[in-house]
Amino acid sequence: MIEMKGIQKAFGSNHVLRGLDLSIPKGTSMVIIGGSGTGKSIALKCILGLVKQDSGSITVDGQDASKGDRDAFLARFGMLFQGGALFDSLPVWQNVAFRLLRGSLKRPREEAREIAIEKLRRVGLKPDVADRLPAELSGGMAKRVGLARAIAAEPEIIFFDEPTTGLDPIMSGVINELIREIVVEMGATAMTITHDMTSVRAIADNIAMLHDGVIQWTGPVSQMDTSGNPYLDQFIQGKADGPIEAVR
Amino acid sequence: MKPLALIGRTVMAALATIGRIALFGVQAVSHMLRPPFYGREFLSALLNIGWLSLPVVGLTAVFTGGALALQIYAGGSRFNAEAVVPQIVAVGMVRELGPVLVGLMIAARVTSSIAAEIATMKVTEQIDALVTLSTHPMKYLTVPRVLAAVLVVPLLVGVGDIIGVFGGYAVATGTLGFNPAGYIRNTVNFLEPLDIISSLTKGAVFGFAAALMGCFHGMNSGRGAMGVGRATKSAVEGAAILILAANFVLTGVFFTL
Repeated sequence: MIEMKGIQKAFGSNHVLRGLDLSIPKGTSMVIIGGSGTGKSIALKCILGLVKQDSGSITVDGQDASKGDRDAFLARFGMLFQGGALFDSLPVWQNVAFRLLRGSLKRPREEAREIAIEKLRRVGLKPDVADRLPAELSGGMAKRVGLARAIAAEPEIIFFDEPTTGLDPIMSGVINELIREIVVEMGATAMTITHDMTSVRAIADNIAMLHDGVIQWTGPVSQMDTSGNPYLDQFIQGKADGPIEAVR
Repeated sequence: MKPLALIGRTVMAALATIGRIALFGVQAVSHMLRPPFYGREFLSALLNIGWLSLPVVGLTAVFTGGALALQIYAGGSRFNAEAVVPQIVAVGMVRELGPVLVGLMIAARVTSSIAAEIATMKVTEQIDALVTLSTHPMKYLTVPRVLAAVLVVPLLVGVGDIIGVFGGYAVATGTLGFNPAGYIRNTVNFLEPLDIISSLTKGAVFGFAAALMGCFHGMNSGRGAMGVGRATKSAVEGAAILILAANFVLTGVFFTL
Protein backbone atom coordinates (compact mmCIF):
# COMPACT_ATOMS: atom_id res chain seq x y z
CA MET A 1 0.00 0.00 0.00
CA ILE A 2 1.30 3.40 -1.02
CA GLU A 3 -0.12 6.25 1.01
CA MET A 4 0.41 9.95 0.30
CA LYS A 5 -0.92 12.41 2.87
CA GLY A 6 -1.06 16.19 2.59
CA ILE A 7 1.69 16.42 -0.03
CA GLN A 8 2.60 20.00 -0.89
CA LYS A 9 5.19 21.07 -3.41
CA ALA A 10 5.93 24.51 -4.81
CA PHE A 11 8.51 25.73 -7.29
CA GLY A 12 8.93 29.38 -6.36
CA SER A 13 5.47 30.94 -6.51
CA ASN A 14 4.06 28.00 -8.50
CA HIS A 15 2.22 25.75 -6.02
CA VAL A 16 1.99 22.49 -7.91
CA LEU A 17 0.70 20.20 -5.16
CA ARG A 18 -1.51 21.71 -2.46
CA GLY A 19 -2.20 18.87 -0.07
CA LEU A 20 -2.48 15.76 -2.19
CA ASP A 21 -3.97 12.69 -0.48
CA LEU A 22 -3.92 9.35 -2.26
CA SER A 23 -3.91 5.67 -1.34
CA ILE A 24 -2.95 2.88 -3.70
CA PRO A 25 -3.83 -0.56 -2.31
CA LYS A 26 -1.29 -3.34 -2.80
CA GLY A 27 -1.62 -5.29 -6.05
CA THR A 28 -3.91 -2.75 -7.73
CA SER A 29 -3.39 -0.51 -10.72
CA MET A 30 -3.97 3.20 -10.07
CA VAL A 31 -4.04 5.66 -12.95
CA ILE A 32 -3.65 9.37 -12.25
CA ILE A 33 -5.19 11.63 -14.84
CA GLY A 34 -5.22 15.40 -15.13
CA GLY A 35 -4.20 18.21 -17.43
CA SER A 36 -0.63 19.09 -18.38
CA GLY A 37 1.32 20.80 -15.61
CA THR A 38 -1.03 19.71 -12.82
CA GLY A 39 1.76 17.90 -10.95
CA LYS A 40 1.09 14.26 -11.82
CA SER A 41 4.76 13.51 -12.57
CA ILE A 42 5.85 15.49 -9.50
CA ALA A 43 3.60 13.34 -7.30
CA LEU A 44 5.21 10.22 -8.73
CA LYS A 45 8.72 11.62 -8.36
CA CYS A 46 7.99 12.52 -4.72
CA ILE A 47 7.33 8.84 -3.95
CA LEU A 48 10.68 7.85 -5.48
CA GLY A 49 12.53 10.68 -3.74
CA LEU A 50 13.54 12.27 -7.07
CA VAL A 51 11.74 15.41 -5.90
CA LYS A 52 11.43 16.27 -2.21
CA GLN A 53 8.00 17.43 -1.10
CA ASP A 54 7.76 20.61 0.99
CA SER A 55 5.40 18.96 3.46
CA GLY A 56 3.28 15.85 3.89
CA SER A 57 4.17 12.20 4.31
CA ILE A 58 4.59 9.23 1.98
CA THR A 59 4.58 5.68 3.26
CA VAL A 60 5.03 2.41 1.41
CA ASP A 61 3.65 -0.57 3.33
CA GLY A 62 3.68 1.62 6.43
CA GLN A 63 7.36 2.55 6.04
CA ASP A 64 8.30 6.21 5.63
CA ALA A 65 9.62 6.62 2.07
CA SER A 66 12.22 9.19 3.11
CA LYS A 67 13.81 7.03 5.83
CA GLY A 68 15.67 3.73 5.97
CA ASP A 69 17.89 1.98 3.42
CA ARG A 70 17.39 3.88 0.17
CA ASP A 71 18.84 1.17 -2.07
CA ALA A 72 16.55 -1.46 -0.57
CA PHE A 73 13.61 0.93 -0.94
CA LEU A 74 14.35 1.69 -4.61
CA ALA A 75 14.95 -1.99 -5.35
CA ARG A 76 11.20 -2.49 -4.82
CA PHE A 77 10.37 -0.16 -7.72
CA GLY A 78 10.51 -0.28 -11.48
CA MET A 79 9.77 2.70 -13.65
CA LEU A 80 8.94 3.29 -17.29
CA PHE A 81 9.85 6.87 -18.18
CA GLN A 82 7.93 8.98 -20.67
CA GLY A 83 10.75 9.10 -23.23
CA GLY A 84 12.15 5.70 -22.28
CA ALA A 85 15.22 7.29 -20.61
CA LEU A 86 17.41 4.54 -22.05
CA PHE A 87 21.14 4.99 -21.55
CA ASP A 88 22.51 5.96 -24.98
CA SER A 89 25.97 4.57 -24.39
CA LEU A 90 24.81 1.06 -23.48
CA PRO A 91 23.37 -1.62 -25.78
CA VAL A 92 19.75 -2.59 -25.25
CA TRP A 93 20.48 -5.72 -23.20
CA GLN A 94 22.69 -3.78 -20.76
CA ASN A 95 19.93 -1.20 -20.39
CA VAL A 96 17.43 -3.92 -19.54
CA ALA A 97 19.83 -5.74 -17.21
CA PHE A 98 21.26 -2.53 -15.71
CA ARG A 99 20.18 -3.43 -12.19
CA LEU A 100 21.38 -7.00 -12.59
CA LEU A 101 24.89 -5.96 -13.60
CA ARG A 102 25.67 -3.91 -10.50
CA GLY A 103 24.70 -3.33 -6.89
CA SER A 104 22.92 -5.68 -4.52
CA LEU A 105 21.08 -7.56 -7.31
CA LYS A 106 24.27 -8.22 -9.31
CA ARG A 107 24.34 -11.47 -11.33
CA PRO A 108 26.99 -13.03 -13.58
CA ARG A 109 27.12 -11.21 -16.92
CA GLU A 110 25.86 -14.17 -18.99
CA GLU A 111 22.94 -14.77 -16.64
CA ALA A 112 22.03 -11.06 -16.69
CA ARG A 113 22.09 -11.13 -20.50
CA GLU A 114 19.81 -14.17 -20.59
CA ILE A 115 17.34 -12.49 -18.25
CA ALA A 116 17.45 -9.34 -20.39
CA ILE A 117 16.69 -11.33 -23.55
CA GLU A 118 13.86 -13.14 -21.77
CA LYS A 119 12.36 -9.80 -20.66
CA LEU A 120 12.75 -8.42 -24.18
CA ARG A 121 10.88 -11.46 -25.49
CA ARG A 122 8.19 -10.81 -22.86
CA VAL A 123 7.58 -7.34 -24.27
CA GLY A 124 7.49 -8.66 -27.83
CA LEU A 125 11.03 -7.91 -28.99
CA LYS A 126 13.32 -10.40 -30.71
CA PRO A 127 16.70 -11.36 -29.22
CA ASP A 128 18.56 -9.61 -32.06
CA VAL A 129 17.43 -6.26 -30.59
CA ALA A 130 19.59 -6.98 -27.53
CA ASP A 131 22.82 -5.79 -29.11
CA ARG A 132 21.45 -2.66 -30.73
CA LEU A 133 21.99 0.81 -29.29
CA PRO A 134 18.96 2.84 -28.12
CA ALA A 135 19.50 5.34 -30.96
CA GLU A 136 18.73 2.55 -33.44
CA LEU A 137 15.25 1.87 -32.01
CA SER A 138 11.87 3.28 -33.05
CA GLY A 139 9.69 5.06 -30.43
CA GLY A 140 7.55 1.97 -29.85
CA MET A 141 10.60 -0.28 -29.50
CA ALA A 142 12.21 2.15 -27.05
CA LYS A 143 9.04 2.08 -24.91
CA ARG A 144 9.11 -1.72 -24.94
CA VAL A 145 12.76 -1.75 -23.92
CA GLY A 146 11.94 0.74 -21.15
CA LEU A 147 9.16 -1.58 -20.04
CA ALA A 148 11.51 -4.57 -20.11
CA ARG A 149 13.98 -2.61 -17.96
CA ALA A 150 11.22 -1.66 -15.52
CA ILE A 151 10.29 -5.31 -14.97
CA ALA A 152 13.78 -6.87 -15.24
CA ALA A 153 14.33 -7.14 -11.50
CA GLU A 154 10.70 -8.18 -10.89
CA PRO A 155 9.77 -5.20 -8.71
CA GLU A 156 6.76 -5.11 -6.39
CA ILE A 157 5.74 -1.64 -7.55
CA ILE A 158 5.89 -0.32 -11.12
CA PHE A 159 5.41 3.28 -12.22
CA PHE A 160 4.48 4.22 -15.77
CA ASP A 161 4.92 7.86 -16.78
CA GLU A 162 2.88 8.60 -19.92
CA PRO A 163 3.45 5.11 -21.38
CA THR A 164 1.71 5.78 -24.71
CA THR A 165 2.73 9.37 -25.42
CA GLY A 166 4.09 9.77 -28.94
CA LEU A 167 2.92 6.35 -30.14
CA ASP A 168 0.39 5.59 -32.86
CA PRO A 169 -2.98 4.15 -31.69
CA ILE A 170 -2.09 0.58 -32.60
CA MET A 171 1.25 0.67 -30.78
CA SER A 172 -0.48 2.42 -27.85
CA GLY A 173 -2.93 -0.47 -27.68
CA VAL A 174 -0.08 -2.99 -27.72
CA ILE A 175 1.74 -1.18 -24.87
CA ASN A 176 -1.49 -0.88 -22.84
CA GLU A 177 -2.14 -4.61 -23.20
CA LEU A 178 1.45 -5.43 -22.25
CA ILE A 179 1.27 -3.24 -19.15
CA ARG A 180 -1.99 -4.82 -18.06
CA GLU A 181 -0.74 -8.36 -18.66
CA ILE A 182 2.56 -7.76 -16.88
CA VAL A 183 0.98 -6.09 -13.86
CA VAL A 184 -1.55 -8.90 -13.46
CA GLU A 185 1.07 -11.61 -14.09
CA MET A 186 3.53 -10.16 -11.56
CA GLY A 187 0.88 -9.17 -9.03
CA ALA A 188 2.57 -5.80 -8.83
CA THR A 189 1.19 -2.53 -7.56
CA ALA A 190 1.09 -0.11 -10.49
CA MET A 191 0.80 3.64 -10.73
CA THR A 192 0.37 5.18 -14.16
CA ILE A 193 0.24 8.77 -15.29
CA THR A 194 -1.51 9.45 -18.55
CA HIS A 195 -3.80 11.74 -20.56
CA ASP A 196 -4.83 8.90 -22.80
CA MET A 197 -8.35 7.76 -21.88
CA THR A 198 -7.92 4.53 -23.88
CA SER A 199 -4.95 3.73 -21.63
CA VAL A 200 -7.01 4.55 -18.55
CA ARG A 201 -9.71 2.08 -19.48
CA ALA A 202 -7.18 -0.60 -20.45
CA ILE A 203 -4.82 -0.31 -17.49
CA ALA A 204 -6.71 1.00 -14.46
CA ASP A 205 -8.39 -0.68 -11.53
CA ASN A 206 -8.80 2.72 -9.91
CA ILE A 207 -8.34 6.25 -11.14
CA ALA A 208 -7.58 9.57 -9.49
CA MET A 209 -8.28 12.95 -11.07
CA LEU A 210 -5.67 15.57 -10.14
CA HIS A 211 -6.42 19.24 -10.59
CA ASP A 212 -5.37 22.39 -8.72
CA GLY A 213 -2.84 20.40 -6.70
CA VAL A 214 -5.38 18.08 -5.06
CA ILE A 215 -7.20 14.86 -5.98
CA GLN A 216 -10.65 15.96 -7.16
CA TRP A 217 -12.05 12.45 -7.46
CA THR A 218 -10.85 8.92 -6.94
CA GLY A 219 -12.62 5.63 -7.37
CA PRO A 220 -12.90 2.44 -9.44
CA VAL A 221 -12.61 2.80 -13.20
CA SER A 222 -16.09 1.25 -13.56
CA GLN A 223 -17.58 4.32 -11.86
CA MET A 224 -15.62 6.82 -13.89
CA ASP A 225 -18.38 7.60 -16.39
CA THR A 226 -21.06 8.02 -13.74
CA SER A 227 -19.06 9.85 -11.08
CA GLY A 228 -20.94 13.12 -11.41
CA ASN A 229 -17.68 14.93 -10.68
CA PRO A 230 -17.56 18.01 -12.94
CA TYR A 231 -13.73 17.95 -13.25
CA LEU A 232 -13.65 14.29 -14.21
CA ASP A 233 -16.60 14.61 -16.58
CA GLN A 234 -15.02 17.55 -18.38
CA PHE A 235 -11.70 15.72 -18.68
CA ILE A 236 -13.22 12.44 -19.92
CA GLN A 237 -15.43 14.20 -22.44
CA GLY A 238 -12.65 16.58 -23.52
CA LYS A 239 -14.87 19.64 -23.24
CA ALA A 240 -13.51 23.17 -23.28
CA ASP A 241 -16.33 24.38 -20.98
CA GLY A 242 -16.33 23.42 -17.33
CA PRO A 243 -14.50 23.97 -14.06
CA ILE A 244 -11.09 23.26 -15.66
CA GLU A 245 -10.04 26.46 -17.32
CA ALA A 246 -8.96 25.90 -20.93
CA VAL A 247 -6.65 28.48 -22.47
CA ARG A 248 -7.70 29.27 -26.05
CA MET B 1 20.96 52.23 -5.29
CA LYS B 2 20.01 50.05 -8.25
CA PRO B 3 23.55 49.68 -9.68
CA LEU B 4 24.80 48.79 -6.20
CA ALA B 5 22.05 46.25 -5.73
CA LEU B 6 22.88 44.76 -9.12
CA ILE B 7 26.57 44.47 -8.19
CA GLY B 8 25.63 42.95 -4.84
CA ARG B 9 23.33 40.38 -6.43
CA THR B 10 25.94 39.47 -9.04
CA VAL B 11 28.65 39.01 -6.40
CA MET B 12 26.34 36.95 -4.20
CA ALA B 13 25.31 34.76 -7.13
CA ALA B 14 28.96 34.24 -8.10
CA LEU B 15 29.89 33.33 -4.51
CA ALA B 16 26.95 30.93 -4.28
CA THR B 17 28.08 29.21 -7.50
CA ILE B 18 31.66 28.94 -6.22
CA GLY B 19 30.29 27.44 -3.00
CA ARG B 20 28.17 24.92 -4.90
CA ILE B 21 31.13 23.91 -7.07
CA ALA B 22 33.34 23.52 -3.98
CA LEU B 23 30.70 21.38 -2.29
CA PHE B 24 30.29 19.30 -5.45
CA GLY B 25 34.08 18.78 -5.53
CA VAL B 26 34.12 17.66 -1.88
CA GLN B 27 31.24 15.25 -2.54
CA ALA B 28 33.04 13.86 -5.61
CA VAL B 29 36.20 13.20 -3.59
CA SER B 30 34.18 11.71 -0.75
CA HIS B 31 32.40 9.31 -3.14
CA MET B 32 35.77 8.32 -4.64
CA LEU B 33 36.74 6.84 -1.29
CA ARG B 34 33.58 4.77 -0.74
CA PRO B 35 32.22 1.78 -2.69
CA PRO B 36 30.60 0.88 -4.98
CA PHE B 37 33.16 1.57 -7.71
CA TYR B 38 32.26 1.33 -11.38
CA GLY B 39 35.33 -0.14 -13.09
CA ARG B 40 33.93 -0.24 -16.63
CA GLU B 41 32.87 3.40 -16.52
CA PHE B 42 36.32 4.31 -15.16
CA LEU B 43 38.10 2.44 -17.99
CA SER B 44 35.82 4.04 -20.55
CA ALA B 45 36.61 7.49 -19.08
CA LEU B 46 40.34 6.69 -19.16
CA LEU B 47 40.05 5.84 -22.85
CA ASN B 48 37.97 8.90 -23.71
CA ILE B 49 39.95 11.43 -21.71
CA GLY B 50 43.42 9.96 -22.16
CA TRP B 51 43.94 7.90 -25.28
CA LEU B 52 41.53 9.79 -27.52
CA SER B 53 43.01 13.17 -26.48
CA LEU B 54 46.53 12.18 -27.58
CA PRO B 55 46.28 13.44 -31.19
CA VAL B 56 45.06 16.92 -30.25
CA VAL B 57 47.56 17.17 -27.39
CA GLY B 58 50.41 16.01 -29.61
CA LEU B 59 49.60 18.42 -32.43
CA THR B 60 49.17 21.36 -30.05
CA ALA B 61 52.47 20.60 -28.32
CA VAL B 62 54.56 20.05 -31.45
CA PHE B 63 53.46 23.31 -33.08
CA THR B 64 53.84 25.27 -29.83
CA GLY B 65 57.33 23.87 -29.22
CA GLY B 66 58.35 24.74 -32.78
CA ALA B 67 56.93 28.27 -32.56
CA LEU B 68 58.57 28.77 -29.18
CA ALA B 69 61.98 27.85 -30.62
CA LEU B 70 61.50 30.36 -33.44
CA GLN B 71 60.39 33.10 -31.03
CA ILE B 72 63.28 32.55 -28.62
CA TYR B 73 65.79 32.46 -31.46
CA ALA B 74 64.41 35.69 -32.97
CA GLY B 75 64.04 37.44 -29.59
CA GLY B 76 67.36 36.15 -28.24
CA SER B 77 69.26 37.36 -31.29
CA ARG B 78 68.52 40.95 -30.21
CA PHE B 79 70.96 40.51 -27.31
CA ASN B 80 73.16 37.71 -28.65
CA ALA B 81 71.35 34.98 -26.68
CA GLU B 82 70.29 32.70 -29.55
CA ALA B 83 72.09 29.78 -27.89
CA VAL B 84 69.58 29.54 -25.04
CA VAL B 85 66.86 28.12 -27.31
CA PRO B 86 67.08 24.52 -25.92
CA GLN B 87 66.97 25.66 -22.29
CA ILE B 88 64.09 28.13 -22.70
CA VAL B 89 62.05 25.74 -24.85
CA ALA B 90 62.51 23.04 -22.20
CA VAL B 91 61.62 25.27 -19.25
CA GLY B 92 58.82 27.02 -21.12
CA MET B 93 57.22 23.79 -22.28
CA VAL B 94 57.65 21.76 -19.10
CA ARG B 95 56.88 24.39 -16.50
CA GLU B 96 54.22 26.43 -18.25
CA LEU B 97 53.07 25.84 -21.80
CA GLY B 98 52.82 22.06 -21.65
CA PRO B 99 50.48 21.86 -18.67
CA VAL B 100 48.46 24.97 -19.54
CA LEU B 101 47.93 24.10 -23.18
CA VAL B 102 47.08 20.48 -22.39
CA GLY B 103 44.72 21.71 -19.66
CA LEU B 104 42.99 24.09 -22.05
CA MET B 105 42.75 21.46 -24.79
CA ILE B 106 41.23 19.07 -22.25
CA ALA B 107 38.78 21.80 -21.22
CA ALA B 108 37.80 22.26 -24.86
CA ARG B 109 37.61 18.59 -25.75
CA VAL B 110 36.72 16.73 -22.58
CA THR B 111 34.88 19.25 -20.39
CA SER B 112 32.54 20.14 -23.23
CA SER B 113 31.81 16.52 -24.04
CA ILE B 114 31.24 15.57 -20.38
CA ALA B 115 28.95 18.57 -19.81
CA ALA B 116 26.94 17.97 -22.99
CA GLU B 117 26.60 14.24 -22.32
CA ILE B 118 25.50 14.58 -18.69
CA ALA B 119 23.23 17.56 -19.45
CA THR B 120 21.52 15.55 -22.19
CA MET B 121 21.15 12.66 -19.75
CA LYS B 122 19.50 15.05 -17.31
CA VAL B 123 17.15 16.53 -19.90
CA THR B 124 16.08 13.08 -21.11
CA GLU B 125 15.51 11.80 -17.53
CA GLN B 126 18.39 9.32 -17.75
CA ILE B 127 19.76 10.65 -14.46
CA ASP B 128 16.38 10.09 -12.78
CA ALA B 129 16.41 6.61 -14.33
CA LEU B 130 19.82 5.96 -12.75
CA VAL B 131 18.43 6.87 -9.33
CA THR B 132 15.41 4.61 -9.74
CA LEU B 133 17.82 1.82 -10.68
CA SER B 134 19.54 2.28 -7.28
CA THR B 135 22.62 3.87 -8.85
CA HIS B 136 24.03 7.09 -7.44
CA PRO B 137 24.69 9.52 -10.34
CA MET B 138 27.69 10.98 -8.50
CA LYS B 139 29.31 7.55 -8.24
CA TYR B 140 28.35 6.37 -11.73
CA LEU B 141 28.93 9.56 -13.73
CA THR B 142 31.17 11.96 -11.80
CA VAL B 143 33.63 9.77 -9.90
CA PRO B 144 34.89 7.72 -12.89
CA ARG B 145 35.38 10.83 -15.02
CA VAL B 146 37.06 12.94 -12.36
CA LEU B 147 39.31 10.12 -11.18
CA ALA B 148 40.29 9.23 -14.75
CA ALA B 149 41.09 12.87 -15.51
CA VAL B 150 43.23 13.24 -12.37
CA LEU B 151 45.24 10.16 -13.32
CA VAL B 152 45.51 10.54 -17.06
CA VAL B 153 45.93 14.30 -17.63
CA PRO B 154 49.39 14.30 -15.95
CA LEU B 155 50.39 11.59 -18.43
CA LEU B 156 49.05 13.72 -21.27
CA VAL B 157 51.00 16.67 -19.92
CA GLY B 158 54.15 14.50 -19.81
CA VAL B 159 53.58 13.43 -23.40
CA GLY B 160 52.83 17.04 -24.38
CA ASP B 161 56.05 18.23 -22.70
CA ILE B 162 58.13 15.66 -24.58
CA ILE B 163 56.47 16.36 -27.93
CA GLY B 164 56.74 20.14 -27.35
CA VAL B 165 60.45 19.84 -26.64
CA PHE B 166 60.75 17.66 -29.72
CA GLY B 167 58.97 20.37 -31.76
CA GLY B 168 61.56 22.89 -30.60
CA TYR B 169 64.35 20.41 -31.34
CA ALA B 170 63.04 19.75 -34.85
CA VAL B 171 62.85 23.45 -35.70
CA ALA B 172 66.16 24.33 -34.02
CA THR B 173 68.15 21.52 -35.63
CA GLY B 174 66.27 21.58 -38.94
CA THR B 175 66.17 25.28 -39.71
CA LEU B 176 68.19 27.20 -37.11
CA GLY B 177 71.44 25.23 -37.41
CA PHE B 178 71.65 23.77 -33.86
CA ASN B 179 73.68 20.64 -33.25
CA PRO B 180 71.26 17.76 -32.44
CA ALA B 181 73.38 16.14 -29.72
CA GLY B 182 74.17 19.50 -28.13
CA TYR B 183 70.47 20.47 -28.16
CA ILE B 184 69.44 17.30 -26.32
CA ARG B 185 72.35 17.61 -23.85
CA ASN B 186 71.44 21.22 -23.04
CA THR B 187 67.77 20.33 -22.60
CA VAL B 188 68.44 17.39 -20.27
CA ASN B 189 71.08 19.20 -18.23
CA PHE B 190 68.97 22.28 -17.74
CA LEU B 191 65.75 20.65 -16.53
CA GLU B 192 65.42 19.97 -12.79
CA PRO B 193 63.22 17.38 -11.07
CA LEU B 194 61.04 20.18 -9.65
CA ASP B 195 60.21 21.31 -13.21
CA ILE B 196 58.82 17.89 -14.03
CA ILE B 197 57.07 17.49 -10.66
CA SER B 198 55.38 20.86 -11.06
CA SER B 199 54.32 20.00 -14.60
CA LEU B 200 52.72 16.69 -13.62
CA THR B 201 51.10 18.18 -10.50
CA LYS B 202 49.58 20.91 -12.60
CA GLY B 203 48.28 18.22 -14.95
CA ALA B 204 46.52 16.42 -12.09
CA VAL B 205 44.95 19.63 -10.78
CA PHE B 206 43.89 20.76 -14.25
CA GLY B 207 42.41 17.34 -14.98
CA PHE B 208 40.40 17.51 -11.74
CA ALA B 209 39.15 21.01 -12.59
CA ALA B 210 38.24 20.13 -16.18
CA ALA B 211 36.29 16.97 -15.35
CA LEU B 212 34.64 18.48 -12.27
CA MET B 213 33.35 21.51 -14.18
CA GLY B 214 31.96 19.28 -16.93
CA CYS B 215 30.14 17.10 -14.40
CA PHE B 216 28.92 20.01 -12.26
CA HIS B 217 27.43 22.00 -15.12
CA GLY B 218 26.02 18.87 -16.76
CA MET B 219 24.27 17.80 -13.55
CA ASN B 220 22.90 21.31 -13.03
CA SER B 221 21.79 21.85 -16.62
CA GLY B 222 18.57 23.65 -17.48
CA ARG B 223 15.85 22.15 -19.65
CA GLY B 224 15.91 21.60 -23.40
CA ALA B 225 18.52 22.20 -26.05
CA MET B 226 19.21 25.69 -24.70
CA GLY B 227 19.88 24.27 -21.24
CA VAL B 228 22.37 21.77 -22.66
CA GLY B 229 24.07 24.51 -24.69
CA ARG B 230 24.35 26.81 -21.68
CA ALA B 231 25.68 24.03 -19.48
CA THR B 232 28.35 23.18 -22.04
CA LYS B 233 29.40 26.80 -22.50
CA SER B 234 29.51 27.47 -18.73
CA ALA B 235 31.50 24.29 -18.15
CA VAL B 236 34.19 25.17 -20.70
CA GLU B 237 34.41 28.79 -19.49
CA GLY B 238 34.56 27.69 -15.87
CA ALA B 239 37.17 25.02 -16.55
CA ALA B 240 39.38 27.41 -18.53
CA ILE B 241 39.24 30.08 -15.82
CA LEU B 242 39.83 27.54 -13.06
CA ILE B 243 42.81 26.06 -14.94
CA LEU B 244 44.44 29.45 -15.50
CA ALA B 245 43.82 30.54 -11.90
CA ALA B 246 45.15 27.25 -10.55
CA ASN B 247 48.18 27.60 -12.83
CA PHE B 248 48.96 31.01 -11.33
CA VAL B 249 48.63 29.70 -7.78
CA LEU B 250 50.66 26.52 -8.43
CA THR B 251 53.42 28.44 -10.23
CA GLY B 252 53.66 30.68 -7.18
CA VAL B 253 53.72 27.68 -4.83
CA PHE B 254 56.40 25.78 -6.80
CA PHE B 255 58.74 28.54 -7.90
CA THR B 256 58.47 31.54 -5.63
CA LEU B 257 57.67 30.28 -2.15
